[in-house]
Amino acid sequence: MAEVEGGFGVYVHWPYCLAKCPYCDFNSHVTQSVDHAAWRDAYAREIAWTAAQTPDRRVDTVFFGGGTPSLMEPETVHSVLEAIRAAWPMADGAEVSLEANPTSVEAGKFRAFRDAGVNRISMGVQALNDADLRRLGRMHSVAEAQAAFDIARNAFDRVSFDLIYVRQGQTLDAWREELQQALDMAVDHLSLYQLTIEPGTRFGDLAERGKLRDLPPDDRAADMYDLTQQICTDAGMPAYEVSNHARPGAESRHNLVYWRYGEYAGIGPGAHGRITRNGQRIATDTAKAPQAWLERVAKLGHGVTVEDALDPADQGTEYLLMALRLREGASLRRYSALSGATLPTAAIAELVDARLLDQTGDKIAVTEAGRPVLNAVLRRLLT
Amino acid sequence: MTELAKIRNFSIVAHIDHGKSTLADRLIQLTSTVADRDMKEQLLDSMDIERERGITIKANTVRLEYTAKDGETYILNLIDTPGHVDFAYEVSRSMRAVEGSLLVVDASQGVEAQTLANVYQAMEADHEIVPVLNKVDLPAAEPARVREQIEDVIGIDASDAVEISAKTGIGVPDVLEAIVTRLPAPKGERDAPLKAMLVDSWYDAYLGVVVLVRVIDGVLKKGDKIKMMATGGLYPVERVGVFRPGMQPINELGPGEMGFLTASIKQVRDTRVGDTITTEKKGTDKPLPGFKPSQPVVFCGLFPVDSAEFEDLRDAIEKLSLNDASFSSEMETSAALGFGFRCGFLGLLHLEVIRDRLEREYGIDLITTAPSVIYHVYLRDGTMLEMHNPADMPDVVKVDRVEEPRIKATILVPDEFLGDVLKLCQDRRGMQLDLTYVGTRAMVVYDLPLSEVVFDFYDRLKSVSKGYASFDYEMIGYAEDQLVKMQVLVNEEPVDALSIMVHRSRAEARGRVMCEKLKELIPQHLFKIPIQAAIGGRVIARETISALRKDVTAKCYGGDATRKRKLLDKQKAGKKKMRQFGRVEIPQEAFINALKMDG
Repeated sequence: MAEVEGGFGVYVHWPYCLAKCPYCDFNSHVTQSVDHAAWRDAYAREIAWTAAQTPDRRVDTVFFGGGTPSLMEPETVHSVLEAIRAAWPMADGAEVSLEANPTSVEAGKFRAFRDAGVNRISMGVQALNDADLRRLGRMHSVAEAQAAFDIARNAFDRVSFDLIYVRQGQTLDAWREELQQALDMAVDHLSLYQLTIEPGTRFGDLAERGKLRDLPPDDRAADMYDLTQQICTDAGMPAYEVSNHARPGAESRHNLVYWRYGEYAGIGPGAHGRITRNGQRIATDTAKAPQAWLERVAKLGHGVTVEDALDPADQGTEYLLMALRLREGASLRRYSALSGATLPTAAIAELVDARLLDQTGDKIAVTEAGRPVLNAVLRRLLT
Repeated sequence: MTELAKIRNFSIVAHIDHGKSTLADRLIQLTSTVADRDMKEQLLDSMDIERERGITIKANTVRLEYTAKDGETYILNLIDTPGHVDFAYEVSRSMRAVEGSLLVVDASQGVEAQTLANVYQAMEADHEIVPVLNKVDLPAAEPARVREQIEDVIGIDASDAVEISAKTGIGVPDVLEAIVTRLPAPKGERDAPLKAMLVDSWYDAYLGVVVLVRVIDGVLKKGDKIKMMATGGLYPVERVGVFRPGMQPINELGPGEMGFLTASIKQVRDTRVGDTITTEKKGTDKPLPGFKPSQPVVFCGLFPVDSAEFEDLRDAIEKLSLNDASFSSEMETSAALGFGFRCGFLGLLHLEVIRDRLEREYGIDLITTAPSVIYHVYLRDGTMLEMHNPADMPDVVKVDRVEEPRIKATILVPDEFLGDVLKLCQDRRGMQLDLTYVGTRAMVVYDLPLSEVVFDFYDRLKSVSKGYASFDYEMIGYAEDQLVKMQVLVNEEPVDALSIMVHRSRAEARGRVMCEKLKELIPQHLFKIPIQAAIGGRVIARETISALRKDVTAKCYGGDATRKRKLLDKQKAGKKKMRQFGRVEIPQEAFINALKMDG
């Protein structure tokens, strides 16, 4: 069995939510009823088909994302993991994560998820302030989230949660206080995302009409980012990625597969994959609409709609834009191996000079100052 | 050969949108010159740009055969002239090729500045003028008032103006009858030596240069060896014909007739509008009066966005020059923009037309630098430099004085906008020459520096008058003023393409606006960028673009790789539209937009 550089993970997408959050542009849908048995069957079929296309892999990580995968029946989670084990060998101590909403209903299922094989929970807490939770369209309160979090801690060794900051009207001081509180709660992993207004979302529409008030300006957002780095580092949870913090060793291994540009299979509606077949790296995508995906799997055994061979330049670009998100950075050799080209030394020198990039032998990594302007750094390196 | 008494040559004078092209279409239709199935709108405007913008750039003729009420068949030659002030010289030549004009005025709008400019040219050419009131079927039409206006403003009798609707065809037959009965027949002598006016010319891929001519005296035949009196060029005539409106060969063109000739002429440059054509042997020795080659008055740099396209640009400019003798070009090197061309134009519209054609017909993306006029720079050593690029401005210690071209601008504007129009003219260093009223509208005449008009004056005028002001101008000569060269430095480096000549008293205000605009136009970089405006070594305005602090994707997981990669690729493509100055990238539109004076 070939060792896959960066590891091999399986992503499983559960597309349903109880409500659509106003900031979310993920492939999520609200529905009245779900035929859980049909989903179990479809997942199993697509996993088997994918494994036939991509044999000889050992699964390092599995990730249930969404949507709201904590709305899945534990039995479905169990059967998906069974199908994965039947398709590929699992690495010892493979990481199996599941995203969960911190409501009491879902917290009641945590033990069952653990028994089904999940060993890491990532909770969408989003804010530690009830007014802001309502504005973000969340259906839980801070108290409820804290209760759910306690239940999760009891059931799982590894628990992480997400917060969204740079929210409407948020001040630097308010965020400092909230982040302290979050760090007091946190176990060993925390995702801290700056609110991004995406087109096609409710916030996007509001912003377009000028009705999304009091969004912090970029300068304050930059200050808040800097403050976040400082507080988290002091608390022993430095950023290992742009928005992710962990105690050393507690990083999300599944997400590291993406950022280290490993391979991943995408299972479920709208799930992307990156797979190497006959030496050629391929980008895959599946039907986005849940019903369309189900029908496709029923008919063809898989929901794949896109299989694009990535040319070397595309692979180089993807590798760099993923790997430079990590504090550990990117390998110049790997970039050259993928892209067949080298990065312009003048650009590297210029960025190093500006203290936005560090170079140590084969490795380049964005500095703490460079991380908040990573897109500009990438443009400089790639164009 | 048609006897002179049966010929009428005429042009149509009108403000843009007053219905000149529609009337021409109707006349063509009514005289069955074109079969109905071949009829399309604005038949005489053959270029896409002409049709799209509703303007005429090249002169055109069409020969109509009309059987009048007196039972006789007449040959009517309609010459369609360029309507825009940029082509004033071409218009004046075309006017001299005919004996009469239809003055078309929109009966709901009344007389406009352009109407005036063109009708004065018709009067100067001694035309008989038949007023035609168009759009009389519109509810807003006020024929009586407009008639009065024509008499007051232009001073011609409008009592028997023909009332028509070119759109519906009402009254158009009366126009044909008026042409025959009210316009004079041409004069000329068949037995005299050939004397023909070169009215216009253009390049045809199959025939070479096609020359539009009006025969004054003598006869032009196939096989004649002709001589261009201004250039001395000799050519054997290959074809003689008329436009109906397609080209139709005929045996000869006699006195009073209009038509075309082809004669293996390779370049439009070899034919000069207004030149006199005669025969090599036994020709006339008296050319027609008033010939002058047209001179470019507005200059700008044209650079390819993609420097690899320089050779393509050179080819395209050469091809366009073949067909447009009034457009000049010479190679230019800019530290900022690389290799390109310094091009001269008859005016701003001409500039836009040429730029549009280069981009559209030849597919070249262009950076256009700020338009400049020709300054007369008098040096202390007594010599004079004709400078059409501020980058060429000599060191101030060598300069004695600078003169700039001035124009007389005539603006017609409804009273309610007069204040804003006067302010605009004052702001542009204008000197008021006259202010009179034409009904409820004011007619203001200003002496203005051409440099203040070539850029966005017309846009600003339209904007402050909500589109109601009309404008025309003529060059009136050079005058000295306190003019200095202002440089712009981006990140401490001078950007030559942003240098402009500016009046000393306005330099600071201008510099401030330019710096502010550039601050908006240049995106944030990873470092802070000072922007300075300077005269000589002295900084007169300054802005700073702060360093970029936040540009990062918050969430980027397995499902985002494709989208983010495509976004980066798109930005890469966008970067081609930027120009690199040291470490700073300047978007190409900044070169023009930084100079706009609004806001």
